[in-house]
Amino acid sequence: MIEFLNGLVALSNFVLIPAVAYGSQLALGALGVTLIYGILRFSNFAHGDTMAFGTMCTILVTWGLQGMGVSLGPLPTALLAIPFGIAGCAALILLTDRMIYRFYRRQRVKPVILVIVSMGVMFIYNGVTRFIIGTGDQNFADGERFLIGVRDFRDMTGLDEGLGVRTTQGITVVTALIVVAALFWFLNRTRTGKSMRAYSDNEDLALLSGIDPERVVTVTWLIVAALATIAGVLYGLDKSFKPFTYFQLLLPIFAAAIVGGLGSPLGAIAGGFVIAFSEVGLTYAWKKVLGYWLPQSLAPDGLVQLMSTDYKFAVSFVILLIVLLFRPTGLFRGKSA
Amino acid sequence: MKKMLLASVATALVAGTAHAEDVKIGVIMGFTGPIESLTPMMAASAELALSEVNDSGTFLEGVTLSPVRTDSTCVDSAAATAGAERLVTTDGVVAIVGADCSGVTGAVLSNVAVPNGIPMVSPSATSPGLSTAEDDGLFFRTAPSDARQGEVLSAILADRGITSVAVTYTNNDYGKGLSDSFISNFEASGGTVTLNAPHEDNKADYSAEIGALASAGGDILVVLGYSDSGGKGMIQAALDTGAFDTFMMGDGMYGDALVADLGSGMEGSFGAVPWSEGAGAEAFKAITEAADINGESSFTRESYDAAALIALAMMAGGEATSTAVKDNLMAVANGPGEEILPGELGRAFQILKDGGEVDYVGATNVELIGPGEAAGSYRYYEIKDSTYTTVDFR
Repeated sequence: MIEFLNGLVALSNFVLIPAVAYGSQLALGALGVTLIYGILRFSNFAHGDTMAFGTMCTILVTWGLQGMGVSLGPLPTALLAIPFGIAGCAALILLTDRMIYRFYRRQRVKPVILVIVSMGVMFIYNGVTRFIIGTGDQNFADGERFLIGVRDFRDMTGLDEGLGVRTTQGITVVTALIVVAALFWFLNRTRTGKSMRAYSDNEDLALLSGIDPERVVTVTWLIVAALATIAGVLYGLDKSFKPFTYFQLLLPIFAAAIVGGLGSPLGAIAGGFVIAFSEVGLTYAWKKVLGYWLPQSLAPDGLVQLMSTDYKFAVSFVILLIVLLFRPTGLFRGKSA
Repeated sequence: MKKMLLASVATALVAGTAHAEDVKIGVIMGFTGPIESLTPMMAASAELALSEVNDSGTFLEGVTLSPVRTDSTCVDSAAATAGAERLVTTDGVVAIVGADCSGVTGAVLSNVAVPNGIPMVSPSATSPGLSTAEDDGLFFRTAPSDARQGEVLSAILADRGITSVAVTYTNNDYGKGLSDSFISNFEASGGTVTLNAPHEDNKADYSAEIGALASAGGDILVVLGYSDSGGKGMIQAALDTGAFDTFMMGDGMYGDALVADLGSGMEGSFGAVPWSEGAGAEAFKAITEAADINGESSFTRESYDAAALIALAMMAGGEATSTAVKDNLMAVANGPGEEILPGELGRAFQILKDGGEVDYVGATNVELIGPGEAAGSYRYYEIKDSTYTTVDFR
């Protein structure tokens, strides 16, 4: 029994907990991508850098708060600064929309043009962020780092294996749940949310029934700014903030959104977890866990690894390919990907 | 096409004579990409040497050296090659300081430097593969090859009596070369590597790699990566999950930010980094402080030395050309001759002008061996009370 528990703890520590936290981070990012795709009808390549910009605003305010001696005790101060970060990010996005996207929307250009435009925006955001905060690593997490530390867990339970849960992992999962619930309530229950879905389903019909498209667009961007900033801050708290990493986050986020079905919020969440679990789970070496679970005589000598960790990115893209081949609209029937 | 080529050559010649006093030196470094936080200081150090040359007043008659920067991106060979091509064909550089990362350095060397006969002095490319690269005598480096570092790391483990380790390396030419060299030395001395897992830089998440390494086990984790990138991410993930408590780090992991960010988790971890102490390092510290450059950052000393060697070789050859650099660089770097420290380039030019010989010591005790690469001395350090404490030099 102890052996079984040891195995279970090892598995949770190295696979389940990290994958759930990473999955929530991806899901929040993918929600933003999927909303833009669903309502504004293009793949926003600038999303990773939008996250970076929002996070940067949050970090600057966090430093200000820390300077003034404000703290949340065991929780990171950055949580207090998120609203300011969202405001900064929203200001930038709305400015971008007024100056750039609106022009192309009026021309009724093809989505592919908007995708290219968003790449241009991506490079500009990229530069702006680096210009303000620099290229280096910024660590802005404070408060307690662990809910349960590995050593404390071992001492507490007397097991050989330890289990570490970081405060940020806990916050990530809880915040993700709250944000997702709020978003669904907003889209399904409020008048604005319904008008957004109407606009997403059929733009012309929505216009005929008196929905103001500019308002829908503005609200969408505001929500995207909030999602991007929250996702970015949670990720930054859990790992660390570096502009280049946020740019790289774009890939798994898009994979998550497409696997789930672009345009489907539920799909974005499912996609985030599918990608996270496949990256962490399929390349796990089972030696340790099986060593606990199997009788001594059967305990493996080798690593019992399905494939080397080199292939973890290949795994998510193979899943992406399979989904696109057999279910081109994604797991949750989004718009065609 | 032929006409156009002729025309452009003619223009280059005309331009060449018109601006004969201004000779361009390329500075190819990854101003964007995984080591973008190190390169500003590296480039500033190289340019510090060039401005010292210009201010000395004793350099070649009326010649000034001016740097032209281009981005190597550290990882994208195509972008680095295109950048270097532009330096050579459009800007007409006669020598190159760079590139920085081993992969792009190899690409620039074979695609641009060798075809055009432009000498390169890299401050930070350490892959053992570059020792045997086809270079027509054009490639030099002021950083030691990682073949040597592999020996040093393995010897440190032997001293500590550690016989079983897990290894992770950054998945590029540098990481692969260093891990191969380390593992072959370590296994030859009777050690066991439980798992050798690469990691990608700047990725969102390292749980998968740490999970596999933790399963494989081992007394410590050997991290051969970059301190502000994947290497740090791996250590962070290992500490958070309790997979490993002690780490041995390769040269790319050395950085003050690492200890500051990871704090007490790094206590007792150790590693090696190319280091120089003595008069040269002191002199370099003095001139970088005066110029308000962070000279303590990685590879700044090597960058200064790379640019200084190019200028000295030009002086020894009596002309600011690629051939002069290629032919004289080894001679000025090694003895016999008057020893030259950073900040003394003016004196060196005077000695060379008077027909004497110089032995450039520089910031890193430059001694070029074999195919023109630094012999390298390493500092074996241990992290105690959140500072790097020197154990010994080897």
